[in-house]
Amino acid sequence: MKPGRTSLLLLALTLCACQREERQFRLDPPISASLQAVASMPDGISGAPPDTYRVLGKPYASNAYNLSQGKQLYTWFNCNGCHANGGGETGPAFLDGWWRYGPDIISIFVSIRDGRPRGMPAFRDRLTTEQIWQLAGYVQTIGAYSAKTAAPARDDAMQSRPAENRAPAKSSFASDQWPYPPQ
Amino acid sequence: MREAQQITATRYSELDQIDRDNVSHLRLVFSFRSGQRGAQGAAPLVVGSRLYLLTSFPHTLFALDLTSPQPKVSWQFTPQSDPIAAGLACCDRTAHGPVFDKGRLYFSTLDGHVIAVDSDTGRMLWDVAVANPHQGETLTSPPTVSGGRLVIGNAGDNFGTRGWVVALDAATGRELWRHYTTGPDRDVGITQGFAPFEASDRGPDLGSRSWPAGAWQHGGGSVSGPSLYDSELELLLHNTGPPAPWNPEQRAGANRWTSGVFARDPQTGAARWFTPLHPHNVYSWVNGTANIAVDRPWSGVNRKLLLHADADGLLYVLDRGSGEILAADPLLSPEDARQASQDDPSQTPRSGVQVRDICPAWVGAIGGDPALAASTGILFVPITRLCMDIEARPASYIEGTPFMGANVRVHAEPGKERGGLVGWDLGRRKAAWRIDERFPVASDALATAGELVFYGTLDGVIKAVDAGTGKLLWQWRTATGIMGQPTTYRGPDGRQYVAVVAGATGPYGLASQYWIDRRDATAALGLAQSIADLPAPTDPSGTLYVFGLP
Repeated sequence: MKPGRTSLLLLALTLCACQREERQFRLDPPISASLQAVASMPDGISGAPPDTYRVLGKPYASNAYNLSQGKQLYTWFNCNGCHANGGGETGPAFLDGWWRYGPDIISIFVSIRDGRPRGMPAFRDRLTTEQIWQLAGYVQTIGAYSAKTAAPARDDAMQSRPAENRAPAKSSFASDQWPYPPQ
Repeated sequence: MREAQQITATRYSELDQIDRDNVSHLRLVFSFRSGQRGAQGAAPLVVGSRLYLLTSFPHTLFALDLTSPQPKVSWQFTPQSDPIAAGLACCDRTAHGPVFDKGRLYFSTLDGHVIAVDSDTGRMLWDVAVANPHQGETLTSPPTVSGGRLVIGNAGDNFGTRGWVVALDAATGRELWRHYTTGPDRDVGITQGFAPFEASDRGPDLGSRSWPAGAWQHGGGSVSGPSLYDSELELLLHNTGPPAPWNPEQRAGANRWTSGVFARDPQTGAARWFTPLHPHNVYSWVNGTANIAVDRPWSGVNRKLLLHADADGLLYVLDRGSGEILAADPLLSPEDARQASQDDPSQTPRSGVQVRDICPAWVGAIGGDPALAASTGILFVPITRLCMDIEARPASYIEGTPFMGANVRVHAEPGKERGGLVGWDLGRRKAAWRIDERFPVASDALATAGELVFYGTLDGVIKAVDAGTGKLLWQWRTATGIMGQPTTYRGPDGRQYVAVVAGATGPYGLASQYWIDRRDATAALGLAQSIADLPAPTDPSGTLYVFGLP
């Protein structure tokens, strides 16, 4: 084979390998509207995401761009003020995988959108539906039970805890005396 | 009752049945488990044959009948509560009372109410909302009774609230006046009669002009600690908390009137003087420790003094009449304790840089409230020795969410114990003795005429030490950490008892909660790893322990 052909073949192969993750900077309005239709259980815990979410391939749990956007929103909207960098403060930790209102993304979405009675404010008038999804996806990643293929951007500030895609929650449950269960 | 009132001022009791010789015989007389997670920091109150105990939020007020050997609940009262406040109580020590005056009990609630109840029956007389938890405002101190008025201030610096102090009519709960820590003179209560000791503190509207435009509206400066009523000088003295947000780049200027001491006219709330302690306060050092008023000779002249143990580790002695700082002495010797300087640019928190080993950390060098034995002039100061790494971050104000702008990691001072108790000799202006403790001492001190000092530790040991030497004379282990006020009272049988409520409260209480994951160094405002070796309590409920001689 001629060197020219070989390199052409290699180039073609390389290009095939680069399947770029899709970034959609603005959702189409009908999609955005349908993502709003989250059907949670009457107590606001758990439920079903809209069909659009599944059809899109769960973009807020598996797309690195969305996770990184969620990570920025996490600081911009002062989530770190109550939940620290996942370790908790007046709000519960996410890192330990212990979810007061359930670990699924719908529970997290509803917590952010509608707030919770013990101090969690509602963000429905402060964030768009897409932003709430991005934030919920990121928050779920902090306390994920298994390693994920997609990760948000690195911290650009103080490194204070294991990285988000290290799936630390599992190990926390496996070993320790702490945290003791609530009353 | 008399004992309790004296304790609110100096945490000193004239009771002397329990003394250095017999304290080692102290034993548990009874305990009362509140069933409520944690505790609030204020001491239980004994009036006549009843003991009044207020639990942590959501509060219940219990009245225990002390006449029987195993006290029974005479009545209990649970006010309606707004659960949102549970997510706001953050970094201030919470001590809601109760306080007793003329047959009534008054207490504040974390969710912003002040409530009066009949002490005989527990019937509610009035309930007034003074703070708005939906803006991040909470109440963390007990109201101060001053001549028919109740005075209380808000907490919530970390939510960008604006500090205020309010006076209520004790009879009805009607609001008499309210003045703010920041803003134009009209809001602060600065009028013709305002005479700060330093001339540089005089000038129109410094409370708004010493801030970037409009920043005073979310400028913190809360009044989270108790006020002190001086009936002789007719003064109301209170501290103001650190400015908000933590990121100092967003609040260039002196940030008046945060991080200092105010004296006000109790009748109108008008400011008499203000003494700044940490203008601009780049380390967000808290300012919630109770002050002590005492009259004693100073440089040969009898003076009315105000003792202020400050977060920076210094004991400030102020003149109560003028606000003049007469002395500022380091409670730990300077060669023994590191001291950050906010004038050093390399130690100033800024964006994108981690400034390391700032001592003391934001929690300050003072643990609980000090106690004073006026006869010997020894002040007993609970000590915290922690340092922090801090990095400024941009903060945006969103109502009801934290307004912080900092990543903080707190750690022990290398090679040092994290807490202690200092016996400070006011006359000689030096420490008479010091006890080191493994953990920060978050409990208040109690001094008695039996020449004893009582205090508790985070790992749940109540201790009695010799007031003259600091020698440990008695200790007893409780089921959870002690972070509140030990107290002593004369029971209906005429005998002296010592009481303490064990249970998590305040910043260390927060850092030891089950929902904190200590692998995040910034968890619980950076405190999570600083006490990571604290064992989990065997019982998370707040529990009252009462001790007596056999």
